[in-house]
Amino acid sequence: MSAPALATVRPALRVDAAANAMRRGPRTWQRFLRSRSALIGGGVLLLIVLLALFAPVISPYDPIKTNQRLSLGQPSLDHLMGTDRFGRDIFSRVLWAGQTSLPIGLVSVAIGVLFGVSLGLLAGYYGGWLDAVCMRLVDLLLAFPGILLALAIIAILGGSLTNLMIAVGISSIPDYVRITRGTVLSVKQREFVLAARVIGASGPSIMLRHILPNVLAPLIVLATLGMASAIITGSALSFLGLGIKPPTPEWGNMLAEGREFLQHASWVAFFPGAAIMLTVLSINLLGDGLRDVLDPRMRL
Amino acid sequence: MTTYVVQRLLQAIPVLVGISVLSFLMLHLVPGDPVQIFAGDKPLTPERAAELRHQYGLDRPLVVQYVDYASRAVRGDLGVALRSQRPVLDSILEVLPGTAQLTLAALLVAGILGIGLGIAAAIAHGTWLDTAVMAVAMLGISTPVFYSSLLLILFFSFTLAWLPATGQGGLERLILPATALGLSSSAVLARLVRSSMLEVLGQEYVTTARAKGLPGSLVVARHALKNALIPAVTMLGLQLGALLGGAVVTETIFSRPGVGRLAVDAILSRDFPLVQGTVLFAAAIYVLVNLVVDVSYAVIDPRIRFR
Repeated sequence: MSAPALATVRPALRVDAAANAMRRGPRTWQRFLRSRSALIGGGVLLLIVLLALFAPVISPYDPIKTNQRLSLGQPSLDHLMGTDRFGRDIFSRVLWAGQTSLPIGLVSVAIGVLFGVSLGLLAGYYGGWLDAVCMRLVDLLLAFPGILLALAIIAILGGSLTNLMIAVGISSIPDYVRITRGTVLSVKQREFVLAARVIGASGPSIMLRHILPNVLAPLIVLATLGMASAIITGSALSFLGLGIKPPTPEWGNMLAEGREFLQHASWVAFFPGAAIMLTVLSINLLGDGLRDVLDPRMRL
Repeated sequence: MTTYVVQRLLQAIPVLVGISVLSFLMLHLVPGDPVQIFAGDKPLTPERAAELRHQYGLDRPLVVQYVDYASRAVRGDLGVALRSQRPVLDSILEVLPGTAQLTLAALLVAGILGIGLGIAAAIAHGTWLDTAVMAVAMLGISTPVFYSSLLLILFFSFTLAWLPATGQGGLERLILPATALGLSSSAVLARLVRSSMLEVLGQEYVTTARAKGLPGSLVVARHALKNALIPAVTMLGLQLGALLGGAVVTETIFSRPGVGRLAVDAILSRDFPLVQGTVLFAAAIYVLVNLVVDVSYAVIDPRIRFR
């Protein structure tokens, strides 16, 4: 997706030939516990998720209520990250924004995985015209550079939380189609698939019970890294004024508000941006670690 | 060679047709009556609606409308923008050099930084330098372009006052946006160059070169570099899409006129002919650029032609 996403790599390229180490169960888990980057990434991400989840309890101030007397206050003991133009506590807003920004990443990846994996399974398993149609569709989606596809979808649907998730989700579909289809093609000639077919298993049952488990390992890695680019794309759209609108706190729109005061009150932009960066960094570390664990050969 | 080029050209045609269908359909996929878009915010009487519908040809069958749209687009007529009442193509061509300049400069930044750091990390494999470069690369990949832009402006424009924060024209107004835009691509590239360099350095012919007494720097420059850079060139081509997309954000932050900013402004003001035009133009250019990149690989690396 990627956003690129924005200027991020298309996650599919970073997964490469992730192996199917999933069924080695306990040993995989041990390797995960030994992988420093997976542990650090996973730990920080867990902390961020918990902070967002418990924002209503933790945040010291109301994230929406304004107080002009406190406008653009410097970071202090009362306001750890300072206050914004309307005197709102930035720390509280950053916490609450996690409740918007994190689900955008999660739901749009879910949309991409759901449609991408289904299309990839169908295209790879049945082949023929179905495959041709699916792959042309993927080519078409890939013809839009970076954020442009999400931008076009927002132009049609208008900016809102749901539409943002749909737009980011759709633009990530090609990655999942390609990785699923590739695995299906390599697996469907193997004996166990043939055996399942001989004993009379139906197409859908073979796809879901015998082929899908083989896609799982690279898919987990791809979806993790995809979440990082989804969060970047989502906050970029809000930053441009095309996603979540103020006063609802969202890291991208907070950063956009802070941009106006960059010279004299840099904290207004600094902290929401740092929140995005830290979240994306932890997800990327987790994804890299997972790739090492699930496929030790692919160590970059 | 000619066969390969023709084949790639033919493959691009259905994609271009698909792009044109999508950009055409945009107008009709918007919830509500497309006529309302042309009327702007004004309330629409049934008479006025019928008049506008006829004026913009919306009363004809969809297929006829598309054929008309596509045949005009092929001839370079992308319609007229609602706000400025100027031809869409003129508005795009006017700002295109700015975007091209920014994207190419960012590609240059990404190439120099990424390849340089990648080689340095590979040669210093296992040392603190390697670890530092890889840590910085991870940070670079994780920093969205809109955040790195703001941090660069904060530091180089406001704190040090070395470079202007906004505007276009002159090298001093290109350095910051190009660096911001190229940073995360350079991080991606550095990781790739490092790993492919490490792989090449383990090959037998490199050992042979070392064994015959060639100094380390010459082994890298003469033998390893050429082969290690092939994946890097491919990755640079792939990063072009990310850079073109990132230009949308960078242009907005640095207040540079450009195709990306044109598109965002058009969406914000619901100027649909301009939205359709920029989307169609950007996607078509991207497909053509990819085509050129693919063909140039075939020229550089003969193995690709025969695949």
